[in-house]
Amino acid sequence: MSAELDLATRVVAAVRQLPGAEAEVWVLHTAQALTRFANSAIHQNVADASTTVRLRLHLDGRTSTGSTTVTTPDGLRAMVDRTVAAARLTPRDPGWAGLTPPTALPAGPDGITLGCGYDTATAQASPAERAVRVRDFVRAAGGLETAGYCRTTYRSAAFANSAGHAVEGRAAEAAMDGIARLDGADGVARTAGGRIADVDGAALGERAAAKARAGGAPVELPPGRYEVVLEPAAVADVLQQLAYVGFNGKVYTERQSFAEPGAQQFDLSVTITEEPPGELGLPFDAEGTPRGPLTLVEDGVTRGLTHDRRTAAEAGHAPTGHATPGARSFGPIATHLRLAPGPGSPPVDAGPVVDPSAAPLLGRVERGLLVSDFWYTRVLDTKNMSITGLTRNGVWLVEDGEVTAAVGNLRFTQSYTQALGPGQVLGYGTGTSVQPERWAGSWYEAPAVHLRSWNVTGNASG
Amino acid sequence: MSHFDEACTAVQAAIDAGARYADARVVHRRYEGMSARDGDVDELNADESAGIGVRALVGSSWGFYAVPDLSDAAARAAGARAARIAKASATVPGPPVDLVPAGAGEGTWASECVVDPLGVSLADKGDLLVHATGTAKRAGADLAEGLYQVWDTRTWFVSSEGHRIDQHVRKCGAGLTASVIGDGEVQRRSWPSHRGQYGTRGWELVDEIDLAGNAGRMAEEARALLTAPACPAGETTLILGGEQLALQIHESVGHAIELDRILGWEAAFAGTSWLDLDRLGSLRYGSELMNITIDPTFPGALGSFGFDDEGTPAVKRDAVRDGRWVGVLAGRDSAAVAGLDYAGSMRADGWARMPMVRMTNVGLEPGPHTLDEIVAATDDGVLMDINRSWSIDDKRLNFQFGCEIGYEVKNGKIGRMLKNPTYTGIGPVFWRSMDMLSSETVAWGTPNCGKGQPGQIGHTGHPAAPARFTNVRVGVRA
Repeated sequence: MSAELDLATRVVAAVRQLPGAEAEVWVLHTAQALTRFANSAIHQNVADASTTVRLRLHLDGRTSTGSTTVTTPDGLRAMVDRTVAAARLTPRDPGWAGLTPPTALPAGPDGITLGCGYDTATAQASPAERAVRVRDFVRAAGGLETAGYCRTTYRSAAFANSAGHAVEGRAAEAAMDGIARLDGADGVARTAGGRIADVDGAALGERAAAKARAGGAPVELPPGRYEVVLEPAAVADVLQQLAYVGFNGKVYTERQSFAEPGAQQFDLSVTITEEPPGELGLPFDAEGTPRGPLTLVEDGVTRGLTHDRRTAAEAGHAPTGHATPGARSFGPIATHLRLAPGPGSPPVDAGPVVDPSAAPLLGRVERGLLVSDFWYTRVLDTKNMSITGLTRNGVWLVEDGEVTAAVGNLRFTQSYTQALGPGQVLGYGTGTSVQPERWAGSWYEAPAVHLRSWNVTGNASG
Repeated sequence: MSHFDEACTAVQAAIDAGARYADARVVHRRYEGMSARDGDVDELNADESAGIGVRALVGSSWGFYAVPDLSDAAARAAGARAARIAKASATVPGPPVDLVPAGAGEGTWASECVVDPLGVSLADKGDLLVHATGTAKRAGADLAEGLYQVWDTRTWFVSSEGHRIDQHVRKCGAGLTASVIGDGEVQRRSWPSHRGQYGTRGWELVDEIDLAGNAGRMAEEARALLTAPACPAGETTLILGGEQLALQIHESVGHAIELDRILGWEAAFAGTSWLDLDRLGSLRYGSELMNITIDPTFPGALGSFGFDDEGTPAVKRDAVRDGRWVGVLAGRDSAAVAGLDYAGSMRADGWARMPMVRMTNVGLEPGPHTLDEIVAATDDGVLMDINRSWSIDDKRLNFQFGCEIGYEVKNGKIGRMLKNPTYTGIGPVFWRSMDMLSSETVAWGTPNCGKGQPGQIGHTGHPAAPARFTNVRVGVRA
């Protein structure tokens, strides 16, 4: 039994003495380390290790949640007392959806319970190992100014409830994200995975620098509709917004989501799945619900949504394992979305400027844009998924299949669901890459995507 | 109870391990938040967090380590670990690091608080949200949501330069949103602000907000928006309410004057700034009505404190005076790099995060007009208020905001309600067009400012009043 599961079962035992109490306890130990660089030097080098114990209690029809990082017996007792007192005083909670019954975690392909196959070398990576990757990135950029981070994260979690359900799991993740800069042009490269050994700082630095060198002397394009090829980093933003407010079961039950399960809302070619977390993520959520594969869009038809126990009960579905501790106001959010790549020829190495997944798509572009990355995207209306944001880290004009000029950053105001709507997707890159979320524990896997139309609404002049 | 001893132990351990400077913060924070939906409580969280964060400077490199264990052994280990991490930074070293003086070495400070927010009964707080959201629901909202949040934070700060500072800061706030669902659209109205209003005050702030008294009107306005005409597209005179102007200040001034961004330290994530230090003191940022201050002493505002998180006492400074850029938000190390002689804006999100340059209270000084006078002086324009969406580029120039509600302004009078009002522009062009400014200042609080890696959530204040801008592009849509 892990230290986390021991803590969880002790707190459940303490609360079980209350007649009629339903209790669930989530314990998360996180050791996160991040080596950050700017102006081609390490300027912030941080690490922390913490354990948080969270108790959710339903007592006499009322619900309260308490948490603490003080895991001494006195600290845990104080949290239990505080949570019990709160449960006795708050108004009634008619939406309580009950506890997760005892449920076995799914096994991975090798028969090992998912979430236990993490890479110990990543979990225990030293500051020196991260610093070496930063050094390699900086050197590979060939004198260009660089900035970014190398991050390693280890998480060990346990869940127990008064219905007799108890599970535990561990995960480790490594990620690197950096830019190279030249005369105001930025190029980016990033990766995420379960093993720090796979993080190649030199390869990332070389790609970021190549993009920056190709971004000089940008032209300014007028607003209007453009055909676009989005590289995987930009596609990851599309997936992120769909995860946050599109497939989110809370937004759906509140009738604010675009989603209409069973309807052909996307192009026939679109298939989006929530992947099992594997060695990168925990195999259950904050309510102890196991996380398995989930199809959200299949052949353009919206099929599924992400649910915690409460939204699942409201929608008449089963929970999908997406409860987040203390985040009821945000709702259940997908954290490992994958957009399926297209069939056809393998990725093409078209030089370091173009992502290999995007290269085969450029030849089909008569006049359009190649976009590396999006920035500061915000939803104007969840119902139609209209979003404004900007390009970042490289945009190029493509004419007759060739990159002809760098372009200054552009503002867009675009419905993401319309952009992926029926007849709007012209092609996919054949490979995918994993893009890290800014918070550890989430990532998106995407190919490059070729879209018929993207609504550019501004440029550097306004 | 004091935790100076643990902080001293950690600092000494870092020095013993080779640091030439070290500081440590012990932070104990209690958080309470409740949300309600359609007349029922949705969630109640009561959280406690305590730990120590140690910052060590070895050569030209920083290291930071944090643990939630306040034992003597843990504090000592954390200090040594911070120094070890700093040494690893030397693999890719930067230029020498200096620190400008931090001022007073010892001090204590507590925020003003009439009614302790954690002392108010949970039953009363719950009844407030249940009543307010129930009222909005009955008045026609398809979805009525309300929330309050409370933070009670005690900090003990010690540095190897002899600092011993303790602070007790209490903050709270609340808000309500009424949403209605139309055919392919959602309209909403929030009171008193998007996400609520927050301050470094006691529960008296929430009492003043009067959630229940405004809930019905919010629902009625949200429903009216469904049938209102869309904000027309084009260039016009724009009047912004104070709440929206607060976020405009936050995004297009506050972040732009962060010295770490100007120096490129946030280039890969939060971004840089269009501002060039060579033009500090000479650059025209806005019209002569534009006077922006950095003021952590502003009474009751959300970004107020007695000392920042590296021990610099709170002082009011100018950032923009008569439209000219004259000041930045700085920390001790960034100020030294920039050749400035002041810091005071280093803040951390709890014990587990390293302090970084953050906004405190960045606000616009009052102008000579009132909102009524501004409307009366406008022949043709649009009035917008209460933020709904916000986006700005990585240099803090190209922005686009959406508001919850707009109104036509014709011949000096407010006309029809407009839905989906948006406006866009370039920061300095926009600020130079400000030609009228109200004196009706409110210190709006922003409790969700994200920055840094690992991510940190900052609490910032923005005194602001309604103002008028000319030749602004409005009505941008998908």
